[in-house]
Amino acid sequence: MSYVWAFLVGGLICVIGQLVFDLTVFTMGHVMVLFVVLGSVLTGLGLYEPLVKFAGAGASVPVSNFGYVLTSGVLKELELIGPWGALAGVFELGGGAIAAAIFFGFLFALLTRAKG
Amino acid sequence: MAQTKEQQKRAQEEYQRLARRHRPRPPLLRNALLAFLVGGAISAAGQGVLNFFVAQGLPPDKAGGPTAGVMVFLGAFLTALGVYDKIGQVGGAGSAIPITGFANSIVAAAIEFKTEGFVMGMAARMYQIAGPVITYGVTSAIVVGLLRFLIAGG
Amino acid sequence: MRRGVAVKRIGKQSVKFTSPPVITNTFSIVGPMEGQGPLGQRFDTVLEDTFYGEQTWEKTECKLLREAIFNVLNRAQLQPTDLDFILAGDLLDQIVSSNFALREVEAPFLGLYGACSTLAEGLATGAMLVDGGFADRVLVVTGSHHDTAERQYRFPTELGVQRPPTAQWTVTGAGSCLLQSQGKGPRVTCATLGRVIDLGSKDPNDMGTAMAPAAADTIRQHLRDFAKRPEDYDLIMTGDLGAVGVELVRVILRKDGIELGQQFQDGGLLIFDREQQDVHAGGSGCGCSAVVFAGHLFKLFAEGKLRRLLLAGTGALLSPLTYQQAESIPSVCHAVAIEVY
Repeated sequence: MSYVWAFLVGGLICVIGQLVFDLTVFTMGHVMVLFVVLGSVLTGLGLYEPLVKFAGAGASVPVSNFGYVLTSGVLKELELIGPWGALAGVFELGGGAIAAAIFFGFLFALLTRAKG
Repeated sequence: MAQTKEQQKRAQEEYQRLARRHRPRPPLLRNALLAFLVGGAISAAGQGVLNFFVAQGLPPDKAGGPTAGVMVFLGAFLTALGVYDKIGQVGGAGSAIPITGFANSIVAAAIEFKTEGFVMGMAARMYQIAGPVITYGVTSAIVVGLLRFLIAGG
Repeated sequence: MRRGVAVKRIGKQSVKFTSPPVITNTFSIVGPMEGQGPLGQRFDTVLEDTFYGEQTWEKTECKLLREAIFNVLNRAQLQPTDLDFILAGDLLDQIVSSNFALREVEAPFLGLYGACSTLAEGLATGAMLVDGGFADRVLVVTGSHHDTAERQYRFPTELGVQRPPTAQWTVTGAGSCLLQSQGKGPRVTCATLGRVIDLGSKDPNDMGTAMAPAAADTIRQHLRDFAKRPEDYDLIMTGDLGAVGVELVRVILRKDGIELGQQFQDGGLLIFDREQQDVHAGGSGCGCSAVVFAGHLFKLFAEGKLRRLLLAGTGALLSPLTYQQAESIPSVCHAVAIEVY
């Protein structure tokens, strides 16, 4: 069942993104930014965590999840270490994925070239 | 014959109205369906990776990080093979919104701009699309996090 | 009405040549995708891949221009030193592909920037130099490369972005034309130089809409300046308006009582098969009208299938900076009449 919900929820989030892309002047970069901010705001409202619990990868694979993990990191560290946590907590949970993207970007840039 | 600003503006508005009538619309339904299928498939693949880590004994809330790492690698790998841009042309937001799309945006730029050097080319410009995502993600996380902490107490 | 000595200046925006210069030779070189298109057999060289043995696409674009220059000279059995002028332009910042290609060509060089209208701009300028008595031989060359244009104007090539149906595909290819005061071939009889027109289009993924008003304006002005009708030409070919722009030109001119019939075609629509090739609204780029003319139309003249052509090159004069600053897209269209008689 976990696959079905992941497929449906992940797919639907992408459909929303596609509609924004097709019906506005936004580029895909704008849409990605919009989703990250939306994920963050939904986390602030306490709505994204239940979605992740329910849909698993359906909610954690879309880029809105970045907003969720970054905001969750801030909240966690605010609780633990106080005001400094607002900054120190940002990459606590989401840093791994960003580091992975940067590292693999570097690696593949060394190994390959653009094919067009 | 010199047009006044007013006339010029009216001519522009009139032409843009005309152009809108003749502009082909993106196939909304088809694009949405493809975004759904591609985005859904990538999410389901992510679920597979997540389930694998959980089966290895990781608690579900700790399995998200490594899952993201694996998905990033897959997106990066398909970009390096020159495949992800083809998926993107079909899948649209279905391949851009998942975290594999985020990886694609970094790796595509990194590969592309290495011709302008490994420091100011590849390393500087790999954040062309990912940079805004990170910038707004970080800013939003701090603002939203603080607001929630102050209002709801965490 | 006219003052001074400019006796060859006609109407509002046109010139008429008294000894029409001859296009004696052309050469075309294209990328693999253009080679698979409907005109694939018409091009002189088709590349196997988009790099052509170079490390960067910018170098490839430069090499395309160089090949177009030296091959057309070979055909005419001329040396670069035989040229009075060489006119060249491309899409890259500071027209570097042309500038760099010309490092190896010993001939006086004038750089042109007319975006995708560069071939028509070059033919008009070259014909004026020849008919004005300033030159006997002028070489006009221009080209573009899909991937250099993507890099400069849009996104990294490996980025998974979806192109909307109005988007066009920049042609990889270069075309050259040798204009001479004497010789065999079709002649450049007159030309209408376009004004910059901006009707407020802002979408860089919709060049057809941005350029259509310029194309319509120049075609209309050409017909007025010479008191001609569209039927006076066998073919009126715009450079790279694509499906969207072609339709708009028809609509705009219809309002002025000018009906463009079957003889109105577009280079961007001729070069690709939009059903089979993933090019959306059609081809674009400096190379588009250059290779369609040099590869296809020039041969139609030789085959006796074309006698009177109006080549209307269309260019969108934007830069990545201007659209980031939300400026609209100005456009220009230059038309040259090429005829055999």
